[in-house]
Order: sequence, then structure tokens, then C-alpha cells
Amino acid sequence: MRRTPLTGWGRTAPSAADLVDVDADSVAATLKSDVTVERGALVRGLGRSYGDAAQNGGGLVLRLAGLAADAVIDEARHEVTVGGGVSIDDLLRVIVPRGFFVPVTAGTRFVTIGGAIASDIHGKNHHGDGSFGNHVREMTLLLADGSTTTVSPTVRPELFWATIGGMGLTGIVLEATIHVWPVETSRCIVDTQQAKNLDHILSLMEEGDHRYRYAVAWIDLMAKGRHLGRSILSRGDHARLDQLPARDRASALDYHAGLIVTVPPIVPMSAMNRTTIKVFNELWFRKSPKHRDGELQSIPQYFHPLDMIGEWNRAYGPHGFVQYQILVPFGEEHALRQVIERLAGSGAASFVTVLKRFGAANPAPLSFPAPGWTLTLDIPAGTHGLSAMLHELDHVVLDAGGRHYMAKDSHTTPHAIRRGYPRLAEWQAVRDSVDPDGVWQSDLGRRLGLLG
Amino acid sequence: MQNSFGEPQTILLLGGTSDIGLAIVRRLASPTLRHVVLACRDPHSAGATASITELGAGGVHVRAVAFDAVDTASHAALIESVVADVGDLDVVISAFGVLGSQRDFDDDPAAAAAAVTVNYTGAVSSGLAVAKQLRSQGHGHLVFLSSVAGERVRASNFVYGSSKAGLDGFAQGLGDSLVGSGASVLVVRPGFVKSSMTEGMQAAPLSTTPEAVAEVVAAGLRSGRRTVWAPGILRFVFMTFRHLPGAVFRRLPLG
Repeated sequence: MRRTPLTGWGRTAPSAADLVDVDADSVAATLKSDVTVERGALVRGLGRSYGDAAQNGGGLVLRLAGLAADAVIDEARHEVTVGGGVSIDDLLRVIVPRGFFVPVTAGTRFVTIGGAIASDIHGKNHHGDGSFGNHVREMTLLLADGSTTTVSPTVRPELFWATIGGMGLTGIVLEATIHVWPVETSRCIVDTQQAKNLDHILSLMEEGDHRYRYAVAWIDLMAKGRHLGRSILSRGDHARLDQLPARDRASALDYHAGLIVTVPPIVPMSAMNRTTIKVFNELWFRKSPKHRDGELQSIPQYFHPLDMIGEWNRAYGPHGFVQYQILVPFGEEHALRQVIERLAGSGAASFVTVLKRFGAANPAPLSFPAPGWTLTLDIPAGTHGLSAMLHELDHVVLDAGGRHYMAKDSHTTPHAIRRGYPRLAEWQAVRDSVDPDGVWQSDLGRRLGLLG
Repeated sequence: MQNSFGEPQTILLLGGTSDIGLAIVRRLASPTLRHVVLACRDPHSAGATASITELGAGGVHVRAVAFDAVDTASHAALIESVVADVGDLDVVISAFGVLGSQRDFDDDPAAAAAAVTVNYTGAVSSGLAVAKQLRSQGHGHLVFLSSVAGERVRASNFVYGSSKAGLDGFAQGLGDSLVGSGASVLVVRPGFVKSSMTEGMQAAPLSTTPEAVAEVVAAGLRSGRRTVWAPGILRFVFMTFRHLPGAVFRRLPLG
């Protein structure tokens, strides 16, 4: 056990905690011997939450090991039972060659199963398939009192749904059984199309997303005026065997995911400034095809392009960066437009800006996705005036009935979370019933007043 | 817990009526700020009451609590009660102190000792009590208002200067001891600041204002600096002074 400074992926607001590596067998004993009432304990996955969700200053932070090789695949039922500490990266290496794919993946595969459940992550297929929690059949939790329990949508459903999106504050996911998609190949077949402005992209997505399993748009946030909201829409599905060229069919399920380059640990100043970001966005837009159908891409190319660059968060330099991800319900597109106009008109430069249409919400009280649009931006935290602008945008978003994604949040207030998540009290009641002494704590929980 | 822009949710100001301290609180205020605690000798004074009204205008919970720098035995309990009230301390500003007049101190050694007790001894005990809390919460910043007067002590105010020299050394060492704990110390060395503490005095060259000091403190916290000067040029001025031979230094018209 050692006191270790920890941050989220955005590399802002560090705190130091006692970090302990555990496995599913030792975690209960470690918790019992090392936890303090004042600062509590939290399990940390791969630290890809952008803010302070996986930090617990002054307390205990447990890292749960897990082996993807131990995953049990039920090929008939399309289910995998896997440890909570196993990453989607490792799991894909095991299940893709066997002809399966995870039900939902975020833009990075460096997410543990426990983390995917705690944040109820979503991906490009939310409009049809929902979020990760929709695909969890059952899970085994370690509770605050050291006991374990198995929950599912039918067994202790209130605890099951409080854990989905519960930011790790209801218990530790030791193991989960999740639904997986059967796939014929490890390639995706992708249609790409440019949209000339915001109205254009919104109408393209409204009209056509339902024809695809996966859909997402990349927005050039540096474009203004009549180009405001110009985008590249990318939609696709897993390729069928007959869609591969004949020479590739023998290796249809081969899966390789690696790094091209790693950013060095010391970046004295941010490589991400208004100029470099503007140039990147301009080039990215221009190099994209006006319209191209049926392109074959690998799983990493299509789902996890940034994962090819190791430690890319270092490129933002010592101040780090914030990711701002918000939801705006359908019918409130004026608020979405206002947010995009304000950002495009400001000095803030977003390297990667993503727009996605969500489908139906699941029953989890703290799950982020709900019918509407979600916009995601990466902005250097050192950008002048950024904090004031985000507080201002928060009002626009909340007034429209929207909310913040807590896995990304690192700036907002307890008040904003209460407005965005009106079922917070319901979640707190479940949490208090399984953790009356407040064993599970986090910096995020304290900062946003989640723990009452 | 401060947010990703380093905006605190809670601020404790030791020396709750200090002009510089209050300027720093104003500078660090944002929609993120929830609690401000002003620790001062008389929490019911007109000054404290006015600050509560002013800082609380935006919906921030502001309260004043009694704090006597000389009553060192009370400091640990005071910090505990503040934490029980507002939770984790994100930024603590140690801003209390007395300037006094060297001429008066020359005639009244007991008054000189009392001033040093406030400036140094009081800062040691309250600083250690705060550091204990910051270490246990694994984050937080402790800002000490030192002075360039402590960098090379001048004949014209050597009692005050020596107390700040002691404070500065204490604060630097405390900062070093907190490395790896998640908590940090920022030592601020202002020059002559036009404030109620220096009212009626002839302003020295390169004098500054509480607001300018606050700006330097905010920038120092943001960039993780451990010592800052206000204005920044004084760093080089006093670097020179420190190395001047005594015979030369004594002849400088430094007031």
C-alpha cells in the first residue's frame, strides 16, 4: 500500500490515495483491513474517466486484477461471464477470434467491465441497442459489509440498476455476465458522408441512423458562419463474411490491436493549441470523402482510432484537458445549436468533437443516455475563460432538460447534477441501504455531493 | 475537491479580515465555490460582517469563526470544527499578521515578542493543524503570505522581517514535507502592498495592490508553483539583495 497521486484521463485535479492491487479473492480481506471510515474505499479500473470519478483522496483505491483468458463464453446463449477488472481490450482479443463482439464499446477499449458498468458506457450503437447496462444479464457485487451478492434485472433489480451508472459507489463488480454479439468477421463496413452544416447533419442522422447499427458524426467545431456544424457522418455495421474479398475470408476473425506511437511522458507545453487544432480539423474534413459507401475497416480503426496513440492525453501538456459531454433532449435542438455556436464563436478549440443520437434510456437512475443528442468535446484546460463559458453552457443545457455525463465531468456543480439527474435521491436511498456507513467514496462523489 | 480548472469548493481564510486574504478569496471565487470560512479575532466585527454579506452574494455559504493566532492550543480543534462544518479544505490561506513599528519595538521588547508570536508561532501551529487535515484528505493547497521582508531582513523593520523569515522557512519546509501527500504549499512573497496594514506609510518602490497579489497567487496555484513573488520582478531584486555585502546593503536607501 502506498500513497499515490492519481488523476483521471484529463490529468487535472490530482489527489493522493492509498493504492492497492487486489484480485477477486483478496479484495474483501483488503477492504476489511485497510479501509478507514473517514475516507472510505473505491475501485479504480484503467483511469479513463476524464475527471475525478476513479480518485479517492486520502482513502483507499483498489485496483482489481482480472484475466480475460478466464472468461467463460456461452456460445449458444451469446453470453460471456468475465471478471470486473478485465478490460474490453483484453476481452476483445479473446472473443473476436471466437466470433463475438462486446455489446457496447466506448471510443476507447481501455475500459474495464466494472468501469463500463459503473459509467454505463454508450457507443455508436446507442440509438438501437442502448448502453452497456442494457446488456448485463447478471453481476456479482462485493458489498460494503464484505458480503457478495448476485443481482440481475430480476434479482434485487433496484440494486442492479443503482450499480449501472452508479459510478462505483454501490459496490465492486467482481464478475458480470454480459450479452455479446455474434460476428462473422473482425471488419466493419462503413459508409461515410460529409454534411455541410448543422441542419444538414441533424437531418441526415434523423432520417438514416436507424438503417445502421453504428452511427456517429464528427463535427468541425472550428467552422463558423454558413459552415457552422459541418461534419463527417460515419455509419456502419460488422461486415458479413461475403462482404470480405475472397483472399481475406480465411482470416476473417483475425484481430490485431496495437499502438503506432506513444506520446513521451514529459510534454512541457501543450501541443494542442488553437492553431494546431484548427489545422487538424481543416485537414481532417478535407481528407474525408464527400460520400463513400462500403469501406472495410478493422475494429480498432472504426471503434478505437485514438487508442493507436499511446498516452495521447499527455499531448495536452501540464494543464491537462477537459472533456465536456452533455445531453440535449430531442425537441431542444435550439439549445444544441446555441452550445455549438457559443463554442465555435469562442476562443476554445476542440480537437475532437463528436455528435451522436441516443435511443431509449434504460431504468438506471444515474444512467446518462436518454432520447436526445449528445455532444462531446475535448478542450485544453488551460484555455482562457473556459471555466466561465462551461458554467454558462451548463445553464443552456440544464434549462433544456439536459445533463452532464459524470464519467467525463470534472468541472460542474452539485446543483447542476441535481437538476440533470432528478432521480438522484432514489439512487441515494438504494446506496444508503447497502452502504449505511459510507464505505464507498470518491472525489467525484464528494465534489458533486452524490453521497447526500 | 477543486475542479479541473483549480476552482475550489471550500476556502478557509486564516486572518479573515486581511485585505490580501480577501482579495485572494474574491479572485478564486467561481460558481464552483460553496463555502468560505473567515477565521478572525472578532467574528462579529463590522469588517467581518461586511465580508460575509459581500462574499455571500452569489449563494456561497460564508461564515466567520473566532480565531486567535496567539492561542496556539486552540488551533487544532478549530481546524477540526471547520472541517466538520464544510468538509474537505480545498484552499487555505494563512494571511494573518501584524506589521508594527520598529521604533516602538525598540522601546518595548514584549510588544516585539508578541508580534513575532502572531506572525511566526501562530502560523506554525495553525499551519501544522491545516497540513494534518490536507494530508489526510490527500489534496488541498495551503497558501502562506510571507514577505520579501523575510528574504533579506532590513534594519528599518527587522522584527517584522525576522518573523517573516522564520515563517518563510517553516512554510518551505512544510511544503517539502508534503510532497507525495497530494497536498501542497504555496509561499507568497509580496513587496510593499497598499492595504489597511500599510495605511499612512510611504509606499516603497515596486509597490503593489492586494488584487495584484491575488492574481499572482491564482496563477501560482494553477501552475503548481511553490514560491511566487508579487510583483514578479521582486524575485530578481531580492535575489540581488541577498547576495550584497552587508556594508553595501546597509547603505541602500530602503526605508
